[in-house]
Amino acid sequence: MTTNLVIRGTMLFSVGVFLALVLNLLQVQRNVTLFPPDVISSIFSSAWWVPPCCGTASAMIGLLYPCIDSRLGEPHKFKREWSSVMRCVAVFVGINHASAKVDFANNVQLSLTLAALSIGLWWTFDRSRSGFGLGIGIALLATLATQLLVYNGVFQYTSPDFLYIRSWLPCIFFAGVITMGNIGRQLALYEYKVVQEKTHQD
Amino acid sequence: MTLRERLREKISAAFYHHGLLCASYPVPIILFTSASILTCCYPLLRLPLPGTGPVEFTTGVRDYTVPSHEPQGDLGERPDWYRGPPVAYIQQVLVKAAVSPWDSSLVPVDVFRSPLGRVFSLLEEIRNHVHSDSTGVRSLEALCLQVTDLLPGLRRMQSVLPEHGCLLVSPGNYWQNQRELFDSDPDPLKTIQKHEPKGLHTSATLRDLLFGVPGKHTGVSHYNRKRVVTYTITVVLVSYDTRFLGSLRSRLKQLHPSANCSLRDDHMVHVHFKEEIGIAELIPLVTTYIILFAYIYFSTRKIDMVKSKWGLALAAVVTVLSSLLMSVGLCTLFGLTPTLNGGEIFPYLVVVIGLENVLVLTKSVVSTPVDLEVKLRIAQGLSNESWSIMKNMATELCIILIGYFTLVPAIQEFCLFAVVGLVSDFFLQMFFFTTVLSIDIRRMELADLNRRLPAEAGLPPPKPGPLRPREAPPPPRPSPHTITLQTPAFRNLRLPKRLRVVYFLARTRLAQRIIMVGTVIWIGILVYTDPAGLRTYLAAQVSEQSPLGDSGGGGLPPHLGVAPVFHAGDPTSTLSVLPAPEPTPLPENQSQGHHGSAGAGPRPQVPPAVPQITWGAEDEEGWRRLSFRHWPSLFSYYNITLAKRYISILPVIPVTLHLSPQEAIETRHPQDTRHPPPPIPKVSADLQTDLTLYKVAALGLAAGVLLVLLLFCLYRVLCPRNYGQNGVAHGRRRRGDLPCDDYGYSPPVSEISPLLLRGHSMDIECLASDGMLLASCCLAGQIRVWDAQTGDCLTVIPNHGLRRSSSSGCWEQRDGWDNCHLLRRRSVPARPTLFTDQPDLTPLIDTNFTCQPPSHLATPPRGGFDFGGLVERAYLEHESPSPSTYPSPSSAASSSPPSAAHLQRRRSLGDAPTLPAQDRASTAGTQATADWDSSVWAMELRGNLIAAGRSSGKLELWDAVEGSLRCSNEDGVSGITALAFLNNRIVAARLNGSLDFFTVEINKPLGLLQYRGAPGRGSMPPSPCYSSEDVISCQLTRSVQCAHQKPITVLRAAAGRVVTGSQDHTVRVYRLEDSCCLFTLQGHSGGITAIYIDQTMVLASGGQDGAICLWDVLTGSRVSHVYGHRGDVTSLVCTTSCVISSGLDDLICIWDRSTGIKLYSIQQEVGCGASLGVISESLLVTGGQGCVSFWDLNFGDLLQTVYLGQSSDGQGVRQLLVLDNAAIVCDFGSELSLVYVPSVLEKLD
Repeated sequence: MTTNLVIRGTMLFSVGVFLALVLNLLQVQRNVTLFPPDVISSIFSSAWWVPPCCGTASAMIGLLYPCIDSRLGEPHKFKREWSSVMRCVAVFVGINHASAKVDFANNVQLSLTLAALSIGLWWTFDRSRSGFGLGIGIALLATLATQLLVYNGVFQYTSPDFLYIRSWLPCIFFAGVITMGNIGRQLALYEYKVVQEKTHQD
Repeated sequence: MTLRERLREKISAAFYHHGLLCASYPVPIILFTSASILTCCYPLLRLPLPGTGPVEFTTGVRDYTVPSHEPQGDLGERPDWYRGPPVAYIQQVLVKAAVSPWDSSLVPVDVFRSPLGRVFSLLEEIRNHVHSDSTGVRSLEALCLQVTDLLPGLRRMQSVLPEHGCLLVSPGNYWQNQRELFDSDPDPLKTIQKHEPKGLHTSATLRDLLFGVPGKHTGVSHYNRKRVVTYTITVVLVSYDTRFLGSLRSRLKQLHPSANCSLRDDHMVHVHFKEEIGIAELIPLVTTYIILFAYIYFSTRKIDMVKSKWGLALAAVVTVLSSLLMSVGLCTLFGLTPTLNGGEIFPYLVVVIGLENVLVLTKSVVSTPVDLEVKLRIAQGLSNESWSIMKNMATELCIILIGYFTLVPAIQEFCLFAVVGLVSDFFLQMFFFTTVLSIDIRRMELADLNRRLPAEAGLPPPKPGPLRPREAPPPPRPSPHTITLQTPAFRNLRLPKRLRVVYFLARTRLAQRIIMVGTVIWIGILVYTDPAGLRTYLAAQVSEQSPLGDSGGGGLPPHLGVAPVFHAGDPTSTLSVLPAPEPTPLPENQSQGHHGSAGAGPRPQVPPAVPQITWGAEDEEGWRRLSFRHWPSLFSYYNITLAKRYISILPVIPVTLHLSPQEAIETRHPQDTRHPPPPIPKVSADLQTDLTLYKVAALGLAAGVLLVLLLFCLYRVLCPRNYGQNGVAHGRRRRGDLPCDDYGYSPPVSEISPLLLRGHSMDIECLASDGMLLASCCLAGQIRVWDAQTGDCLTVIPNHGLRRSSSSGCWEQRDGWDNCHLLRRRSVPARPTLFTDQPDLTPLIDTNFTCQPPSHLATPPRGGFDFGGLVERAYLEHESPSPSTYPSPSSAASSSPPSAAHLQRRRSLGDAPTLPAQDRASTAGTQATADWDSSVWAMELRGNLIAAGRSSGKLELWDAVEGSLRCSNEDGVSGITALAFLNNRIVAARLNGSLDFFTVEINKPLGLLQYRGAPGRGSMPPSPCYSSEDVISCQLTRSVQCAHQKPITVLRAAAGRVVTGSQDHTVRVYRLEDSCCLFTLQGHSGGITAIYIDQTMVLASGGQDGAICLWDVLTGSRVSHVYGHRGDVTSLVCTTSCVISSGLDDLICIWDRSTGIKLYSIQQEVGCGASLGVISESLLVTGGQGCVSFWDLNFGDLLQTVYLGQSSDGQGVRQLLVLDNAAIVCDFGSELSLVYVPSVLEKLD
């Protein structure tokens, strides 16, 4: 049981690290149009702690979602398939892509669009109240944490538009939480199946 | 009826009609769809291909104006990127400098030091050039491109590239444009080299950037034979000013006139650069594509229950892709040029459009009733899902419309594409995919039909073929008809789908060919569009041939190009042999020694060479020889992208510098002379180029050899060891005269003719064989012994039960008869042809059989019980009077359970333990000789002894040849459910769970006196034979009372072990010698139904839970555990590599023995699941309805089906026994069938 938990956590962690790296790259691209050869190395060296943090957070979220589902006693029934999960991940990357690549007229428009997209993501792939609540909560917490970090000067944005940070950050966090929760639930479903089989064996 | 319902009904009806239409005319609809796809994609042809190099456009200088931003439609040849001002204008000043005349006192460094030194004055001149006229004063500062910081990652270039000022690049940048630094530099070459990147670098290097000409053409080296130094000063201007540039040009020309320069200066070239994709940008892109493929994979994995899963998955992907292409094409057609990067948004579009509809359609169609017509199935499936499809589509359109109102241009464009894509996707789903689905379903039904055809019809295949009787000794065979292999189309291959695809690809070499063609096309495109490629080469060729071209060799390397100049005026220069020690290198000039007078003449007179500065056509557009990444990389250092933009390159300003030797010596650095003289090349330049060629060739060869070796090693590592051996084995088969299947694999079974062994009157219950003899026992209790080689009936041990049956009660008889009668009627529903030649049975009915047992024995009761309708009638007539006339009832009564399948009987017995008691009661009053009342439940054959275990618990030993009872043992009272006969020991498992070990003792020493038939070909030693004089006794040596809590169902013995399986979920292993229990194996969650053990101590067990366990007999540990069947595992066989199991679900599964992975499964016909056997390592035989099938174990490939008789209707093969001499015995109703597999015999030899 615990080994299963560890495996799931590891998988979620690696997914989180990978997504963090890729999406960070997308964000960097927004500022630098053409990459000279050593930009990549500078990306990987500048804030080394960001991907592990994202990985840890995603592992926690991915484990938390199925746990809360079972605690609340309302198992998630909506679209429990890997193809749906993949679709969800693709849409999440797409939201990031849009935030990085698309030129918006102003930041309000950007934030509103991203918020709408995130809510759309939740409605398309999740539709559970617990998921929504958890997503909002974690997004706010993460934004607060980032705010603190920026306030203390550990980290900073190239072009902050709202109290030292980018205003689209909560939306991205929310979409990320929904996505990781989706993956975590799917993994937990797999484990649940295994357990069922085991009981069947015994 | 609400509006919604009406709408729903209408939609449903429309879909229904549409489905009918699609399924009725598949081919026209597919053609129509393909045509519309192609039409919609046609506009895409105009879009540029991705991945090609920059494009050029040439205009005249004289009437140049900055192009306007608005597209002007009529300017035909003007490309559409030529709009608005360029990023920059590039003005190059091409400097060619030489020290002339060359003096022998000069050192090699002099070749470039002073020419390079002149760059500073030139720079000064250009910087300070001011043009003033009526419109005002213009200087370079005002016109040039002002650059700011370099990118942060380029600190090391900070000293070399200009910052915060004009972008003016020249070799002087190496020395910060300061003459003093240059003069004090002891080694300019080293300074230049210092900035070169290490390792292989394909794009523009710093040296190329600063010199503006390719490195080898600069002439800045110690070995410069031409002694001409070429470099450029590159000025990047932000705006174009004709007058300033004109005055600069004339000023420079005036200062440094170029005598023989005929460069054209009336053309400017605009170069447009495509989008650059770097690794960093590629990573997110690749990620999205990986996610996309994962999505497609997980989606198409759900397609099930269709004929070709891969085909449908492909169709689904094609649907989505072509709908996207259609959407792009349509948008282009209506004038919406895509500004988004297609490659980037493509995955998101696919995800938005999705494969869900396709899957839903498939599932819905597949779940319609199978017995409907294909058309109706498609139509029904479509109409079932119509509402949800329409609802989904409307929802998606709504979402996209909302997205359209975000008023962000990029998102709007995306939404537009998505809308068109959705609509075209819907169109394609409805027309293309539905049709493909209908074709697929039709194919599946056809395949089903094909598979069922032979068995259902029960006819021999259409090939008439003369009936070939076997040449075997007994000639009168009951219609042995041979069946040749079916045509491949009819053969139902059991290969996994993916393997089939792989085989198909491998057979056609499809992938290689596609890759090859693709590579060739790609290389062709690259070569054609590459700036340094074919086009330039062709242009160079043309200019070379034109009279305007320079004196010889426009496109050739310079040292060759200049050669002809000297050729005429310098006939005596022969430099093949060079003088050895001289402070300065011999001025070898360009006319290399083609003259053969090398060794002949005295030291050749070296003329004072004058380095000639020539201007050729190649200088006109010298930037062409640079890497096409030259300009993008220069600009990228200042974070300016040229992607999708263009620059204009102005005609070069030629500058010729002639320096006197005096000047050269003056500018020398003190260290210059200390340089060692360069090693004198021993060979002429021609030879040297040849040598370079050879070097390249040798290098290529070495690389090729290395590659081959590497591939070989990879092959050895990756390929399985038996890969080649398989091929050999295949080769050994006579491929010529055997029909090969699709994979070039010839089946080992060529022709097979079954021998029918007739004689039993009822269904055969037990079969036993030791390789030479074959014993069978039918429900009637009659035991027959056959020669396994020839099929002759040797002995009949009749059931004398009729004598005793008369004393039994009437009801029992009735029951028994009913049972038997029902059985006959069920199993022989229609056999009219058989009855025509049977003796008329009506007189027999009135005959009392008890009067004539001997005659009954003498003539085998052929068809004795095939009364059919006659008996039925007779029975109705004589219902009460003389039940004793019927010979069978008594035995049938006691063995009533066996009317069901063998296995089912066992199970039912386990559940109803009342039967043994009844048996016991019936046996109580019988004599000790032979027990006729009870039926034979288990039988074993060793040597010429038949061990028969009866339901009464009695063990009998019969002489197989003479048919006499040798001894019997009545120690146990519980029915013997299973027997094992090994060496001189007999193990009997009983219904009450006890296990008895008997020893067979022969009073006279056993001798192999009797020779019976041909010795077996198998590796087994011949069984001991007992002569008829021997007195044989059978002693109970040990009885394990509570071996199991529940009845023992299976008993197997091999390798000195006895393994029992029971209803109590456990398997026990006993040692044969001392009947000691070694292990109790637990692991099943149901009763054990099948056990396999062989000489190599492989133990496998299968249970009622459908699980199969593999055990290690030495340690008693479980090796692997798999769930394979729904319901009981009925039979288990292992080979060295795999485990074959069959279950009540009529499925035969083949597992990998070491990993426990299911390789594939074979669907059997109903009721025939249990019969299977392995003939050789790769040949599996299974029983079917009136036939046996041979399978190739390695490929799951049906090799052959042999029909056992012409009247093979509905009779399943329930038991199948593989003999040592590669023959198969199967029971087949009341008949036995002996099938030889001749080619396997050959293989055994």
